[in-house]
Amino acid sequence: MKSLPEITDKVKKNLIWKSIFRRDYRNTVRDKAQAVFGNVFLHLHPVQVRESAVKLRFTWGMGGITFFAFILLVITGVVLMFYYHPSIDQAYTDIKDLEFQVPFGVILRNLHRWGAHFMVIVVMIHMFRVFMTGSYKAPRQFNWGIGVFLLVLTFLLSFTGYLTPWDQLGFWAITVGTNMGAATPLLGYQGPFSEYLHITPYNDIRFALLGGAQVGGNALLRSYIWHCVAIPLISIILMFVHFWRVRKDGGISKPQK
Amino acid sequence: MQDDRELVTGQKKERSDRGSTDGGQVKSSDRRKFLMRVGWGSLAGFLAINSAAFLRFFYPRVLFEPPSQFKVGLPADYPIGTVSSQYQREYRTWIIRLQDGAFFAMETKCTHLGCTPSWMESQKKFKCPCHGSGYYITGLNFEGPAPRPMDRFKISLAEDGQLLVDKTIKFPGIPGKESNEVYPQSLLRV
Repeated sequence: MKSLPEITDKVKKNLIWKSIFRRDYRNTVRDKAQAVFGNVFLHLHPVQVRESAVKLRFTWGMGGITFFAFILLVITGVVLMFYYHPSIDQAYTDIKDLEFQVPFGVILRNLHRWGAHFMVIVVMIHMFRVFMTGSYKAPRQFNWGIGVFLLVLTFLLSFTGYLTPWDQLGFWAITVGTNMGAATPLLGYQGPFSEYLHITPYNDIRFALLGGAQVGGNALLRSYIWHCVAIPLISIILMFVHFWRVRKDGGISKPQK
Repeated sequence: MQDDRELVTGQKKERSDRGSTDGGQVKSSDRRKFLMRVGWGSLAGFLAINSAAFLRFFYPRVLFEPPSQFKVGLPADYPIGTVSSQYQREYRTWIIRLQDGAFFAMETKCTHLGCTPSWMESQKKFKCPCHGSGYYITGLNFEGPAPRPMDRFKISLAEDGQLLVDKTIKFPGIPGKESNEVYPQSLLRV
């Protein structure tokens, strides 16, 4: 039998361990900082934060919880994609399959669905908190703007995900939603002056969103691509800017004095 | 730091000297400006054309949707005073025959937010499941949030005697007006 220090020595003193962790960790302030600084996933986060900045009563931690919800949705969403075909013949039965046959499918689907509701709620609470604490003021105006885009993207993620089960609820939500686009001035065929501008159901914004003149297979596929790939990519890019600007604009906002 | 700055200005000086000694030739700084403009300009043009192509990409040329002109059978197939929902699912059109025997084709689309109303035979009205709009058999709205009567399509007789619906010719409902009176041409009497 080997003693514990001997075993840790064997695990740590070899090329593999050293190539992953690069340096030894001692429980010092410097090494703690280095652990954040030298980690690709943590380096966006400040190495040190003021004690007042982590007061939960001021920030409520809602921005971080929103990010947590986003990660949850990415993970469950990717796993759900293994059992889902974005076609009008299969989409609805695939969801039924997930609910009743796929092992752990029901918990996956519900995590994704309730997680989405949760994210919308916490992102709105986050916005409320930022507003009520005046954290949108200089020098943080730019980040407020980014946040507004992220809020809209969150809503769009919810909206596009709504159609994916291809049930009555989603179908009519997309019908009504894209009809709003059709009624938008200069963009849709039902807007004012559309007949003089030659805007028809076949060349307006609704047509581009649906990939056709009616809610059908193309609309389901487009909604799926926006939901699973395009909007998450845009959101991730804006999230990086958002988190980075929190630091650049003087760190997370905190109570005055 | 000081050395670097000197080096940079020194280089610049040398270049402009060389440019001016060309005597009547184009200055190298002008040439560089021109080349920069050409370079960035081509990149901007390339990106602009690419963005336009990307936008156009979202508008498909060929649609796999039902045709906008279609035949719906012989006039005798439709009893007087009935609403046929036979073509509702595929073509989103009702074929309606009024008490006086006249035909018309109506889009199955509520004028409120675009849901599909259902024909209620017992109550003789169209009822929208989304927000409760109600319409008479002629498409005239009388209850709920619908702002105007439902739209009609052109219906005519084809050469083979069948009814022919043309969805490209539309008779939009006018608020508060009975479409039978506004669009007598939407009615087909056989």
